[in-house]
Amino acid sequence: MSERIITCINCPMGCRMTVTQDETGAVVSVTGNTCKRGDTYARQEVTAPVRMVTAVVKVEGSGVPVSVKTREPIPKAEIPACMAALRSLRPRAPIRAGEVVLADVCGTGVDVIATRSVG
Amino acid sequence: MSEIDKVRKDLVIIGGGPAGLAAGIAAREAGVEDLVILEREDEAGGILRQCIHNGFGLHRYGEELTGPEYAARDIAKAEELGLDVRCGTTVLSVDGEKRVTAVSKKDGLQVYEAGAVILAMGCRERPRGALGTPGTRCAGIYTAGAAQKFVNMEGLMPGRRVVILGSGDIGLIMARRMTLQGAKVLACVELMPYSSGLNRNIVQCLEDYGIPLYLSHTVTEVRGRERLEGVTVQQVDAARKPIPGTEINFDCDTLLLSVGLIPENELSQRMGVALSPVTSGAVVDDTLQTSVPGVFACGNVLHVHDLVDFVSDESFRAGKAAAAYLRGEKAEGLTVAVLDGDGVRGVVPQRLHPDGDVTLMFRPAGVVRNAAVTVKSGGRELARKRQMIFTPGEMVALTVKKEQLAGVTDDITVSLEVSGK
Repeated sequence: MSERIITCINCPMGCRMTVTQDETGAVVSVTGNTCKRGDTYARQEVTAPVRMVTAVVKVEGSGVPVSVKTREPIPKAEIPACMAALRSLRPRAPIRAGEVVLADVCGTGVDVIATRSVG
Repeated sequence: MSEIDKVRKDLVIIGGGPAGLAAGIAAREAGVEDLVILEREDEAGGILRQCIHNGFGLHRYGEELTGPEYAARDIAKAEELGLDVRCGTTVLSVDGEKRVTAVSKKDGLQVYEAGAVILAMGCRERPRGALGTPGTRCAGIYTAGAAQKFVNMEGLMPGRRVVILGSGDIGLIMARRMTLQGAKVLACVELMPYSSGLNRNIVQCLEDYGIPLYLSHTVTEVRGRERLEGVTVQQVDAARKPIPGTEINFDCDTLLLSVGLIPENELSQRMGVALSPVTSGAVVDDTLQTSVPGVFACGNVLHVHDLVDFVSDESFRAGKAAAAYLRGEKAEGLTVAVLDGDGVRGVVPQRLHPDGDVTLMFRPAGVVRNAAVTVKSGGRELARKRQMIFTPGEMVALTVKKEQLAGVTDDITVSLEVSGK
């Protein structure tokens, strides 16, 4: 059995929740939450946490970088690899907002798309 | 010297950020044909242009957009409506007769004689000078927003080893941005015993990257000759005075300041608009009209918001109100003052006509659990809203209905009451 403390992000209450997991990683209990949303978030957070990644990427043929985002949240553990992939990327101007700048980043199945137009 | 041509305009909107764009869209949709939006930067969109993170638009669109995407929707709408948005145009002054003087590279000096003006200039960050932090005047000290512009708009890194003073949302967001772009963020230091940032940002911008948050601490020394070399951080007591013996030294080349935002009211002040010492924005009535008839204010220039969704909402109301003013529908009749009661800071509007629905917005003065907002007048409770928690970091909005305001003739007081009272 192991315990983890998680701060809920759903509202300003910011409940400090204790999540207990067994040896297989299965959630045994969530305590300290005020509502159901906290329970759901705590279970997701200890088993498969995900995050949106936003960044800027340098653009060939433009003095300004393009802002990008993952179209969907990706596994939290993939963030460093995702950032490394974006650092070496040099898409060419012009780029339109919504355009895919990197497909299937780090094998997550999620595309990275431009959030503004450049050039 | 030759006389400058004066251009007559029904409505001049100062600022082309989310507030100015929403005000322009609403005014056009309410029938104002002859309007212009004056924007200092080369593109519309305001601060959203550099806020590349997501989380904008949840209330308005039911989805989480990045800043540039949120701005793009308003810009597209403005284009569709054929709004005249003049970028690269700096407003120099507005006088009490609503004469707006502006200058741009393209058109030189311009004077507009406006029927109505909407102030939508946004806000500025509190700079280092406002803090009085002792130490040298070396390079490497930036406001968080300036660093955000360098990193997100120019693709430049302001430094490699970073301490952040203040835990407002921009500071938290920049802790993550700098980390993801390869910098080492050593600490986030907050004077107050709580952060004014969202829990979500504390978790996803600090905890995710193992960045420590020092509450009830501040920077007490800045070291470095040419470039910043380090800072000293100290714990503070209840009176916010540094406690001797609690010094922590950080070797860093960059200090980012996220220590508050102030409405940018230089123009408003010079034209004689009355300002509130609490919000640092204009004193307005329920139509968002300032003390100068025909001059309206909305967005962060009126009071600093947390969410752009609420800026847009407020600015739509300002645009509609300006259109009504131009049609000659002046808000008339009795107005009553709206006052800050216990636990409440900076209610907007500060005056209202008790003859329609009115949205009241304010910040809690401190963290309060299990409390209710009460709206009272002449001993009568007009409205009440319970919430499990109130924090200064989250603005509260409460709409009081026309029926609830009926018959009100005395001042209105908005308070936070803890349960059990």
